[in-house]
Amino acid sequence: MIDPLDKTPLRSIGESPLTPQLAMRVAVLGGIALLLFAIIFFRLWFLQVLTGDQAVVEAANNHVRVVAVAAPRGAVLDRNGNTLVENRPASVMQLDPEQLPVATRTAAATWGQEMTTWVRTPRAKRGPRPAVPAPANAQLAQRYAKLASVLGISTKTINERVTEQLAQLPYANVRVQVDVPAEVRNYILERPGDFPGVSVDQVFVRRYPGGVGAAQLLGAVGQVSPAQLRSSAFRGVVSGAIVGQEGLERSYDRYLRGTDGARSITVDAAGRPKGQRISRETIAGDTVRTSLDANLQRSGEAALAAAIGGGSGTAGAFVAIDPRNGRILALGSAPTYDPSERAKPIATQAEYERRFGAAAGAPLFNRAISGGYPTGSIFKPITALAALDSGTITANTTIDDPGVLTVGTQKFFNAGHAANGPLSLVRALQVSSDVFFYTLGRDTNPLQGQVIQSWARRLGLNRPTGIDLPGESAGTIPDRQWRARQNAKEVAWEKQTGKHCPPTCLYSDKRPWSVGDNIQLAVGQGDVQASPLQMAVAYSALANGGTVLRPHLGLAIESQTGQQLEQIAAPPVRHVAINPSYQQSILDGLHQSTLGDGTSADVFRGWDQAKFPVYGKTGTAERPPRPDQSWYAAYVPSPTTPIVIVATVEDGGFGAEAAAPAVCTMLSTWFKQQNSCSAGSSRTR
Amino acid sequence: MSATTVIKRSEDVKADKALGIELPFDLVLLLGVAGLALCSVLTIAAATANDIPGSPSYFVIRQIIYFVVGSAIAVALWRSDYSRLREIRYFLYGLLIASIMAVIVFGSVARGSRRALDLPFFSFQASELGKILLIVSLAAFTIDMTRRMADGRTTVRLLLIGFAPAALVMLQPDLGSALVFVAITLAVLFIAGVPWQHFAAFGALALAAVVLSLAVLPSVGINVLHSYQTNRLTAFLHPSETSGSAGYQQNQSRIAIGSGEKTGRGAGATQTKYNFLPEHHTDFIFAVVGERWGFAGAALVLSLYALVIWRALRILTMAKNRYGALLAGGIVVMLMFQVFVNVGMTVGIMPITGIPLPLMSYGGSSLIATMIAFGLLQSIYAQGRRAAMSQGRVLQFQ
Repeated sequence: MIDPLDKTPLRSIGESPLTPQLAMRVAVLGGIALLLFAIIFFRLWFLQVLTGDQAVVEAANNHVRVVAVAAPRGAVLDRNGNTLVENRPASVMQLDPEQLPVATRTAAATWGQEMTTWVRTPRAKRGPRPAVPAPANAQLAQRYAKLASVLGISTKTINERVTEQLAQLPYANVRVQVDVPAEVRNYILERPGDFPGVSVDQVFVRRYPGGVGAAQLLGAVGQVSPAQLRSSAFRGVVSGAIVGQEGLERSYDRYLRGTDGARSITVDAAGRPKGQRISRETIAGDTVRTSLDANLQRSGEAALAAAIGGGSGTAGAFVAIDPRNGRILALGSAPTYDPSERAKPIATQAEYERRFGAAAGAPLFNRAISGGYPTGSIFKPITALAALDSGTITANTTIDDPGVLTVGTQKFFNAGHAANGPLSLVRALQVSSDVFFYTLGRDTNPLQGQVIQSWARRLGLNRPTGIDLPGESAGTIPDRQWRARQNAKEVAWEKQTGKHCPPTCLYSDKRPWSVGDNIQLAVGQGDVQASPLQMAVAYSALANGGTVLRPHLGLAIESQTGQQLEQIAAPPVRHVAINPSYQQSILDGLHQSTLGDGTSADVFRGWDQAKFPVYGKTGTAERPPRPDQSWYAAYVPSPTTPIVIVATVEDGGFGAEAAAPAVCTMLSTWFKQQNSCSAGSSRTR
Repeated sequence: MSATTVIKRSEDVKADKALGIELPFDLVLLLGVAGLALCSVLTIAAATANDIPGSPSYFVIRQIIYFVVGSAIAVALWRSDYSRLREIRYFLYGLLIASIMAVIVFGSVARGSRRALDLPFFSFQASELGKILLIVSLAAFTIDMTRRMADGRTTVRLLLIGFAPAALVMLQPDLGSALVFVAITLAVLFIAGVPWQHFAAFGALALAAVVLSLAVLPSVGINVLHSYQTNRLTAFLHPSETSGSAGYQQNQSRIAIGSGEKTGRGAGATQTKYNFLPEHHTDFIFAVVGERWGFAGAALVLSLYALVIWRALRILTMAKNRYGALLAGGIVVMLMFQVFVNVGMTVGIMPITGIPLPLMSYGGSSLIATMIAFGLLQSIYAQGRRAAMSQGRVLQFQ
């Protein structure tokens, strides 16, 4: 064999290409190739192995759009299991923002910023509200017009809704109209070419079977606000979700709202959907069982409406409560509205104002818990208790009622200047003698600790009762300190504004507390303010011997299948010791006032007092320059169904005229009696 | 250096003899090419299954046909002596220039540039075949000037021969092919033994040209490159800033490759499936490989390219004459440049230049041109081997 090495010289250099120079350059090429492959390999290693998980997330974000699926809200039941609120599916017409011109989206964003600035500018300094930009082009305007004619709303409304929602949530579908009738929905779905970018989704809207009313109490739902999203009460709620905003819907939102589900929609690069799956199941909200009695509620709403409609009344409220445990049996406020109206979309702000604004009597305002009124004579039992307890009088103390009480230069008259002659406590309550209680007011004023005020507070006035509804008012029980504070506020106001406080000034007239204030308080007049609910709690305490209840509506949380999940406890706020003999004297007086020549006797003329004794008190609150406000408070003991009802009718006149018949009607319903109630003729406060 | 090569070559012969067979072609190169062809078909099948509703294998069938046609041409070239091509160098160069001109004049417009001639059944991208034509003709001209290789004027002359078609291709405009032409030209000159100093001088000039065309001239209002070309070239430097199409494509490609992780996402490769990855069967096919088969798949494909390039470099050293070595050198650099620039583009380290991935990307012109290159390589191998064996016989005879 020949060693190949020896053959090298035989190869001609001229013919052989493999010169040392070429070999060197080939090696350089090979080296470059090696380097380039190494770079690519390292880069691949970095992308795929070291940071691949990030890319997986990015890839998922690319093709998955997560859309929230609203959970059906829980129902609200009355004490007997009647449904007060439930759900019904409704169609939503929505517009895909991707199908809108870019100009529209940018215009909406700009408008949103202008609005934010405008809202933040103090009212005095800001200019006109920024105008909603017009549709970006004629084609869009035409699309709006077509949609508007089918949906029966104006093009302007559509443009406003689109702009407002785009400004808030730029990438979410724009809800053009909620609760579209089936025929309109079908018409639009059958003509996708005519309505580009329009889709239909299903949502649940609230439904109120049975016509119970209780609109303010049940409340309403609405889109969660940015501020709410930050609060702990709405933890886990996503932007755009529908939550309880008022009434029970708000108080028990945590249970009612359930857990929204999610739907993952797979889309391609052009945004076309390629399929979807449920990525999180919706969990329906729980049911809230309340202590409300649907029958009594209906009766109360009707009676109040009748009391307002049959006289000079303009507004009013009623509260019915179980004096043993604080369960609210009925609670209503007038003027009211059909709660299902608010579940539907309201076209414009003007329309909203017309239906729910101040001109319509502010029907959203729950007067039963949020109204602060002088209570008139239904305050008298509190004065009596304070006088008895402080030893100012005994049950037998007789005071002469000549029709007027003169204190210094001031004269305090009975209603209609009536003179009742000498009377003791029971008789004074029966005929509602003002002079008797004026005297108690005068005599208790110098006492240590302002006994009327302190008893009023002990019975639950001057502070929220703690009912499970939002928006409760605290009311006012005026005393020396309160007047001093009001005066200080007035001085501060004058100092700040540099103006003199006019007679109708916000605060007071800078005079110190006087005996006259206490005399007014003793008959529930002057600066005293309380809600019907607070008076119901005070009367319950008088009725049950001193237990100040925490009024509540919620009884239990139940599952969809009716299983009880949670009992709602509402322990009493406190217990105050009321001497039983004092309690008896006051109750005697209240009972007498529904008998004989008592102030509400003629209202209860046909009532079976032997079976269901009524302990009632009329009240007529003076609110110049307005007409008098009619009040009535009643307690009917019963081993199984005791009840306290307080009703008031604004501008309704005397207590026996408007409020007492309404309470009487409710009692008839509650005790299943023939309704023989009539308006009373008593002209007493 | 030369001695070891001779040893290797003789070992080849010995190995063949030991096996009892004498293969007249490079089996490893053949297997590498076949492997890449298989990868290409599989990847295109996966990437384009949903592209044309009703005909999921539209692109696959065409790619297979191109492979068959390309293979047939390659076999024909392998059986013939590549050295004969030197004799028709003027014709080939003329064909190169003429075909590019024809495209500029008659070509069909796709995305703002004329790159292809619409022939019956086929859209012919002249610049793809042009790459081969340039290698073959430029190598031939280089041989003509071999004796004056140290002369700077020779270098300039050869550069002009190579850059003329590059400049013409730029007019289409097709920046990617122009860059390949430049790479080929430099490779041929490099293998031909042009002195280092000439390369240094050229490098300095090129750098000045880049600075001039990208920075200086645009600032005085003269745009050498189209603005989209400038964007593409610079987008990879700051991908997050450019939400426009250049940055978008590269970002989607990076996401696709990254999300493949170690072993790929298989049928769940959403970047490809839902069209987020642009040009997924042509320029960005490597990203499909990366997403679907992960690092494992991407590494396999890259390894096949490494194999092919290694064999091509080896064939360069085995060539029976300088012409063969120059051809092999041009082909190696053409492949290397295209693979690196294309893969680099998909992984976000190179700009988007519209260069296909040889053998993998869908497209008849590129595929057939690449197969011609492999046919030439096999021919160089076969000729070189025959020369070595005949030398061996002569030696034995003595």
